[in-house]
Amino acid sequence: MMSEMFPNVIWENIWIATRETLYMTAISLVATFFIGILLGLLLFLTSRGQLWENKFINIIIAAFVNIFRSIPFIILIILLIPFTRIVVGTMLGASAALPALIIGAAPFYARMVEIGLREVDKGVIEAARSMGAKTSTLIFKVLLPESMPALVSGITVTAIALVGYTAMAGAIGAGGLGNLAYLEGFQRNNNDVTLLATILILVIVFIIQFIGDAITSKIDKR
Amino acid sequence: MITLSNVSKIFRSGGASGDSIKAVDNVNVTIKEGEIFGVIGYSGAGKSTLIRMLNGLETPTEGSVTVAGNEVSRIKGARLRKARQDISMIFQHFNLLWSRTVFENISFPLEIAGVPAAERKKRVEELIKLVGLDGRANAYPSQLSGGQKQRVGIARALANDPKVLLCDEATSALDPQTTDSILDLLVDINHRLGLTIVLITHEMHVIRKICHRVAVMESGRVVEMGPVLDVFRNPAEQITKRFVQQVTEPEETKEAIEHILHQYPNGQLIKLSFVGDSADNPLITQLIRSFSLEVNILQGKISQTQNGSYGTLFIHINGNADEINRAIEFIKGQQVGVEVISNDE
Repeated sequence: MMSEMFPNVIWENIWIATRETLYMTAISLVATFFIGILLGLLLFLTSRGQLWENKFINIIIAAFVNIFRSIPFIILIILLIPFTRIVVGTMLGASAALPALIIGAAPFYARMVEIGLREVDKGVIEAARSMGAKTSTLIFKVLLPESMPALVSGITVTAIALVGYTAMAGAIGAGGLGNLAYLEGFQRNNNDVTLLATILILVIVFIIQFIGDAITSKIDKR
Repeated sequence: MITLSNVSKIFRSGGASGDSIKAVDNVNVTIKEGEIFGVIGYSGAGKSTLIRMLNGLETPTEGSVTVAGNEVSRIKGARLRKARQDISMIFQHFNLLWSRTVFENISFPLEIAGVPAAERKKRVEELIKLVGLDGRANAYPSQLSGGQKQRVGIARALANDPKVLLCDEATSALDPQTTDSILDLLVDINHRLGLTIVLITHEMHVIRKICHRVAVMESGRVVEMGPVLDVFRNPAEQITKRFVQQVTEPEETKEAIEHILHQYPNGQLIKLSFVGDSADNPLITQLIRSFSLEVNILQGKISQTQNGSYGTLFIHINGNADEINRAIEFIKGQQVGVEVISNDE
């Protein structure tokens, strides 16, 4: 029945492509999470009235974040080709997509982290300071736990954006479902392959959204 | 325990205009160990800034602040953080971490102080009992009422055995009944642990109920200061009189007096104020027995303060003019304050 609906689909290739998409999304997501939180924290802490208020550093990070967030992803990949060659050694395959995915997504997530941190109750920060908390305590025991629902829903949105980015990266040779849909589907006029790749990407996105929502509502005790 | 000498705080608002606001203006206060000291003022009077200088959340522009042997206004970094463990604070909006349970919230200052986990558990359990929150250890703040949240705030503030407890409008977000139960808890803690308490408020009720001494603040300055009972008896400043009236004279009194003056054109309307022991004397009985007067009691109220009771009584007396004057002289001899409201004769 499946082979009647999708006559041109080679199932082994679908499986490989799905794994590649998941691989690219997962690795870049983990890296984006840490880099985004780091950048977001720096953005927050160096802003006006905060603990490490520093106009200079704040402007530098904000500029970096804004620039990389604004470049369309397909152009970012091309601009990063020399960088990727140095870091990964090749321009082909799933791993070659990672630098661009991370550099494209981390600044996007950093802004969401910053917004989440701004929403932490100032009174709670003051209370922690009045107890004699160090900055590291403030970060790991107040700022991050108190903004965790925003951080999780932010990473969910970022993960879904990343799935989309992997499809674009696929179009220029990184593999994955995007690559499959473009080369085997579009170029060879096999519409069933394109359709199946789309369905699989949708399924991945829905699963990510479901997991993200479930975690957010579980940890939000407000 | 706490000394503020010549403390001023000037806030410079941003921008080129260079405007500055003197939030606290040359304040000198000494607070003794074990005392409950109240600071009352309307919003914007500078009391919030003042209390934040006691734990170094604000640094004074001039002057020095010493708390429990540490010059809080000068020390920085690790020494200031250490000093803050002796100076706890509770807040109007409780400022609990929503992501932590009651138990974990109370445990937080102990984690900051580096207390081992087993000891933390024991201490938190004691504190939960002390503030009357048995059985709520695993609840999250969102599941608690305002009063319960403030109890968590108090337990958290007491965790590291502080020497001083600062209360920043700690009851202003609570209803009257809950306010009283929290105030009772503070007095209880003050007695049991000998803790010095500094509180700021805009409600005279809070001062009356638990404070030993009070400072009245207006536009950054302390305009009046003294034992609560003295301030109640002889408020010198206009603002202080207004605060005292919050407690002693309900709104209706004024209307009632006008009505009475109108209704009884003869005789005298007198306001008596009793302080301490004199509040317990059977003055009215003596008055009726010794003088041939008609005495009509209009309104009365006795307020309990930490240094004794304070009462006001409005009476109307009627009779022979000489007799009335002799009666007033007699009352003055009884250590009772007399104020003739008006005379329509």
